[in-house]
Amino acid sequence: MNTQVLEERQDQFHTVGGSAFEMACNRESLAGAVSQRACVFCGSRVVLYPIADALHLVHGPLGCAAYTWDIRGALSSGPELHRMSFCTDLRENDVVFGGEKKLARALDELIDRHSPKAAFVYSTCIAGLIGDDMDAVCARAESEKGIPVIAVRSEGFKGNKREGYSAACRAMMRLVGTGDTSGVPRVAVNLLGDYNLAGELWIIREYFRRMGVGVVANVTGDGRVEDLRRAHGAALNVVQCSGSTMELAKMMREAHGTPFIRASYLGIEDMAASLYAVADFFKNEDPEIVDRTACLVREKLTALMPRLALYRQDLEGKKAAIYVGGAFKAFSLVKAFRHLGMRVALAGSQTGTREDYEELAAICDPGCVIVDDANPLELSAFLEKEDVDVLVGGVKERPIAYKLGVGFCDHNHERKIPLEGFEGMENFAREIHATVTSPVWRFMPRRAGRTGGMPACLEAGI
Amino acid sequence: MLLRHTPKEITGREALVINPAKTCQPIGAMVAALGIEGCLPHSHGSQGCCAYHRSTLSRHYKEPVMAATSSFTEGASVFGGQANLLAAIQTIFALYNPEVIAVHTTCLSETIGDDVPQIAEKARQEGKVPPGKHVINASTPSYVGSHVTGFSNMCLGIVKNLAVKTGKRNGKINIIPGFTEPSDMEEIKRICAMMKVPVILFPDTSGVLNGPLTGKYLMFPKAGTPVEELKATGDSRATLALGEWASADAAKYLDSAFKVPPVILDLPIGLSATDRFVDALRKAAGVTVPASVEFERGQLLDVMADMHPYLYGKKVAIAGDPDQVTALAEFFLVLGMLPVHIVTGTPGKRFEERIHKMTGTMGRPVNVKCPGDMFLLHQWIKNEPVDLLVGNTYLKYIARDEDIPLVRHGFPILDRIGHSYFPTVGYKGGLRLIEKILTALMDRQDRDSTETGFELVM
Repeated sequence: MNTQVLEERQDQFHTVGGSAFEMACNRESLAGAVSQRACVFCGSRVVLYPIADALHLVHGPLGCAAYTWDIRGALSSGPELHRMSFCTDLRENDVVFGGEKKLARALDELIDRHSPKAAFVYSTCIAGLIGDDMDAVCARAESEKGIPVIAVRSEGFKGNKREGYSAACRAMMRLVGTGDTSGVPRVAVNLLGDYNLAGELWIIREYFRRMGVGVVANVTGDGRVEDLRRAHGAALNVVQCSGSTMELAKMMREAHGTPFIRASYLGIEDMAASLYAVADFFKNEDPEIVDRTACLVREKLTALMPRLALYRQDLEGKKAAIYVGGAFKAFSLVKAFRHLGMRVALAGSQTGTREDYEELAAICDPGCVIVDDANPLELSAFLEKEDVDVLVGGVKERPIAYKLGVGFCDHNHERKIPLEGFEGMENFAREIHATVTSPVWRFMPRRAGRTGGMPACLEAGI
Repeated sequence: MLLRHTPKEITGREALVINPAKTCQPIGAMVAALGIEGCLPHSHGSQGCCAYHRSTLSRHYKEPVMAATSSFTEGASVFGGQANLLAAIQTIFALYNPEVIAVHTTCLSETIGDDVPQIAEKARQEGKVPPGKHVINASTPSYVGSHVTGFSNMCLGIVKNLAVKTGKRNGKINIIPGFTEPSDMEEIKRICAMMKVPVILFPDTSGVLNGPLTGKYLMFPKAGTPVEELKATGDSRATLALGEWASADAAKYLDSAFKVPPVILDLPIGLSATDRFVDALRKAAGVTVPASVEFERGQLLDVMADMHPYLYGKKVAIAGDPDQVTALAEFFLVLGMLPVHIVTGTPGKRFEERIHKMTGTMGRPVNVKCPGDMFLLHQWIKNEPVDLLVGNTYLKYIARDEDIPLVRHGFPILDRIGHSYFPTVGYKGGLRLIEKILTALMDRQDRDSTETGFELVM
């Protein structure tokens, strides 16, 4: 096919500075389209899986468990139970006669052997379709074993990842409020929507420690069941990745009166603004917190800015494309690229809402194309047309970028270095610099004939 | 210890798989479909299945992997997926214009009972399938078999939907290469070319899943078995099915439907299995084995002799797909190694019998389980350690925890490259396997040796 967009998808694109903002989104993907989207189960699994001392049991055919076996680098500082794959492996017989007994036996055996602090049992398409009463099986196991055993209603066909996030939030809400909050400091938060990829959460927790802010629960990177149970003891929920855990924040506000703020730890402004917002929230409780925060930010920026300037020398004027899971991440990335002197030519996501895209359009430069739920042909057509230097995306986008001879940065769960925080911004700059200025692109057909000198950064020895 | 949660004591399990040594049917069907020229695989189910398969295959091949999905919703799962599939067929031909859509089912569409052949027929009648284009299908419920079964079922779907008999023999030999790497398929074609045997190899992912960088993104690379050749499989002289589990069903179908005689062989991994393949090819095509093939065989034999002291008596644990594992175990035995623990996740009765028979002369008992999983394998290893692990990337947890060298082989390999480009089938492939095994064992020997015992020449 060529670059045209299917007529029915025209309104899932928008060019900044063109016509008035009008975009359809959160729409079901067209049947037959090569969508980059996933399912409800996937959404629930990615949110809950980093809770490291819980048992995660997939109730369904084996594939669902196999494809989600330790695929995200959500690091744990302690238990590693979440990195094992447990599945009831439903077979033809179970589909006919039901899988409840199998599930009950599996729970029995696993809870006895591994003594988890809680168990999450994920429903799949098949478990939902054959009508297993998972709630009843889980309730029985819960009363017999004395730990929370929670059925996650994540049947794949019920929607896309968003519904899965929602099911995960409802599952976690079963835990929140069941623990003892004595000993929780008055200045303390929960960190929602961070998965501790490559240890990012540890960077953020260190900032809060220096500010004098306690962290009760990580939701869910390096997560623990006990922390979730007493999460209602925290004075504030700080919500990153709005798509996945906003619902939990809202439920906690409703049930426990815990207020929340939105945060992003990506890029300079958003990282600093998030810390200041938390400081601001606690300034009556702890009048010196704002100064401590300013001091921290100043220290970090003093170290970071000169190094960014070096990378910027090579990156000024280069073009980037962004295609990520949630739109919120795209906001921070657009700003981060501005610090590198780069222009964002394409910004898109799998699951953004209308409001997300409106906000995204407002911060992007004129000419930038905003896209919802792009298929690979559309993506590759845009990458080629805009002659971008780097694509930021996930596992399915990487080989497309490389086939075109375009640089790539994994900003999804396959990132190998922390990209959050001020340290993460420098890592991000280094990674973007490495891929954009790599000598391999000189041999790519689209760059044939162009020559390039040694990047300034390499000469400077960083 | 990542797998610190694995106890040494082995207790019976029936309701539970821990750390699987298999995955589900649809992904195998997708791989087989990608080996058809101009084919878009289509997953008739929820979006998630398709996304997972594409992600896994992208990680394994480091290539773009395209497939469409019926994008089932709650409505479709109640009222059936016919409307979704009809709409999908129309969208796909309008938007991507493939030669073939290869529809595979999922547990969802199987359970609600969608009749894909009937829906495809309806699409044809309604003019949704342009002239000269094809919609083929395979039934691949995830709750039966494994990814190997899915591959086999799509191979069967290919011949059922496309093969015809014109009555005029084409003199070619059909070869079904099994769920192997694009490099393996390429190598089999190379051997056939050396033997001057005209073949139709299908499916053929070489050039599709290990293609070059051209600066252009092609949704359908100019590779894969062309539809015309797939049609001609009904006129061939014989079918060589490499790997009983992944390839036999399609070969048997060509026999029963078109009287194309089948020869069911092991995957040609290692000396003896390659010998049998070359011999079968020779007989089926009525050719003699050229000196060039004998030369390659001699080279493998030479290395086997040179290096046998480093391999003799080494204990190996193998996890993988039945066709691969069977062939590997045979090769290891020939090298004097001891395959003591063997699991495959793919269910089937014959596997354990075959392994027991094969290892009967080993002079010691073998642990074999089908279907088994990596948790059980790890427990066996805790009870009796081995010198080497051979299998997919998931074995790296055990390799790390037990400090055992690992040679990656099979599917999926998510953390190394090479499998797409360098075959392990044929005599050359045997050489590569030995090289990889020796490198793993000798690197370990160097690492572990004392300063006094450290040797320059090995």
